[in-house]
Amino acid sequence: MANTEVASPIESFYDVMRRQGISRRSFIKYCSLTATALGLGPAFVGKIAHAMENKPRIPVLWLHGLECTCCSESFIRSAHPLAKDVILSMISLDYDDTIMAAAGHQAEAIIDETIEKYDGQFLLAVEGNTPLNQDGMSCIIAGKPFHHQIEKVAKHCKAIISWGSCASWGCVQAARPNPTQATPTHKLITDKPIIKVPGCPPIAEVMTGVITYMLTFDKMPTLDRQGRPKMFYSQRIHDKCYRRPHFDAGQFVEEFDDENAKKGYCLYKVGCKGPTTYNACSTIRWNEGTSFPIQAGHGCIGCSEDGFWDKGSFYDRLTEVHGFGIEADADEIGFAVAGATGAAIAVHAAASALSSAKNSQEDTKGE
Amino acid sequence: MSIEKMESAIGDLPSSGIESTVEATYVYEAPLRLWHWVNAAAILVLAVTGYLIGSPLPSLSGEASDHYLMGYIRFFHFVAAYVFAVGLIGRIYWAFVGNSHAKQLFLPPLLSKTWWAEIWHEMKWYAFLVKTPKKYVGHNPLASLAMFTMFVTGSIFMIFTGFALYAEGQGMDSWWYDAFAGWLIPLFGQSQDVHTWHHIGMWFLITFIMIHIYAAIREDIMSRQSLVSTMINGWRTWKDDRKD
Repeated sequence: MANTEVASPIESFYDVMRRQGISRRSFIKYCSLTATALGLGPAFVGKIAHAMENKPRIPVLWLHGLECTCCSESFIRSAHPLAKDVILSMISLDYDDTIMAAAGHQAEAIIDETIEKYDGQFLLAVEGNTPLNQDGMSCIIAGKPFHHQIEKVAKHCKAIISWGSCASWGCVQAARPNPTQATPTHKLITDKPIIKVPGCPPIAEVMTGVITYMLTFDKMPTLDRQGRPKMFYSQRIHDKCYRRPHFDAGQFVEEFDDENAKKGYCLYKVGCKGPTTYNACSTIRWNEGTSFPIQAGHGCIGCSEDGFWDKGSFYDRLTEVHGFGIEADADEIGFAVAGATGAAIAVHAAASALSSAKNSQEDTKGE
Repeated sequence: MSIEKMESAIGDLPSSGIESTVEATYVYEAPLRLWHWVNAAAILVLAVTGYLIGSPLPSLSGEASDHYLMGYIRFFHFVAAYVFAVGLIGRIYWAFVGNSHAKQLFLPPLLSKTWWAEIWHEMKWYAFLVKTPKKYVGHNPLASLAMFTMFVTGSIFMIFTGFALYAEGQGMDSWWYDAFAGWLIPLFGQSQDVHTWHHIGMWFLITFIMIHIYAAIREDIMSRQSLVSTMINGWRTWKDDRKD
């Protein structure tokens, strides 16, 4: 038995990696890759290695509320770092009912065990959100409404990661009229630090990158005012889009099947929401950096933005305004109002001319 | 007209902000007039370029590096936006240091009963129910109300939403983002909502400007006082000698 295992009640990342037969050389390579993925300089490779050798693996409970599992599907495709490295080496993923081996009472017992052993030490990752209508009956975990589980676990956790647009904003199940009253994490749990990692799903490398950052530096990443990690969500798709030169030049796809679409011009006119969407798709891309929607010829639909289901068509850059039984975008309404004003002015001017003509006639008669 | 008379005409503004006289009065001082026309030009540039940012011109062909059309349109939008914003700040400053008429744009006497009575009178004048218009040294009360509720609030709204959108391009670490976007975007929902409202704001101002120009020209022709020339040379002149 190595001394390190006696000294520390929880194995360090390095211990686990060595136990799994990963060489020191591969470990250092992994640290370099992680430093690169986080946008850190070479000096941080040593720091990451040091942290991995000395820090205990943080227990993580990954709960699933109302969701479609697309976040998990994305997560397991992470290439840098590999998802298996994150799950098996970096964190101690104690509970994740979708991918864990245990089931039933055995699985649920792990939650109580983790709370007991690591009270205030573990991370809570939430995929999906919490329905509150009908006493929370729209999502039942182990025979009880999901909000019982999340409230219990949240009380004892250190911090919460809200995976995906569901947990961050609400997403499709919270779209109008939101019949189940699906509630994003930050509106349910207000006394714990929450990191939002929105996207439907979020990018795999963003998910693993957030976890790696927290383990390496033992702190939350810098968040913006809405609680998203700045390192991945501080810029819009548009700001780093490889088609941006076509936007600046004024070269647009006018219709999806036109010549400009073949040439790969900017998708702004066919409703790309890149200019209003904060995410890292145009930098990190998907599936080991293979592609992302705009590269595949389709505009961004803004899946990482708050309430993106309720902002009208995926192919409109302005939100539809609903009211009085009409649906129109801001420009259509504005054009109609300005047109009506113009017509009213024309009528009023004609009436003014008539009335002044009449008045001057009367004046002449009076004289 | 002697200087003393002119000063007394300006100094004797009743609390309702309504005043009438038979003497020609120097109403709009030079900086205010300059602001008016620079501001008008800025709004024209903002509206045209803004519309073209939302609904771009037909695509250009050839190398992307041969063109910078959207870039230029956006550049002129931003330049005009700065002129518009700095102009409004200057105009607010002038409300403090300029003559008493300079305050009227920002301080409609909303609590004055006579003022509201005058608005009713003006509405009747526009509805052809009153044959002779009244004389007003400054803005007529209805104009004053429209300028405050549509132009002043509309301009401030456009400056804040506009700079929030500008801040998005400047980046989250810029001071623009902290000053405008960080709190304003979540308030509206998300970036797309701010875009939508910024468009609505443009049409709101365009509607105001249409009414403003029409009313100014109509009053210039039909009322008993000068309108358009007053914003050019500063003097309010009268077409007749009758009081009120």
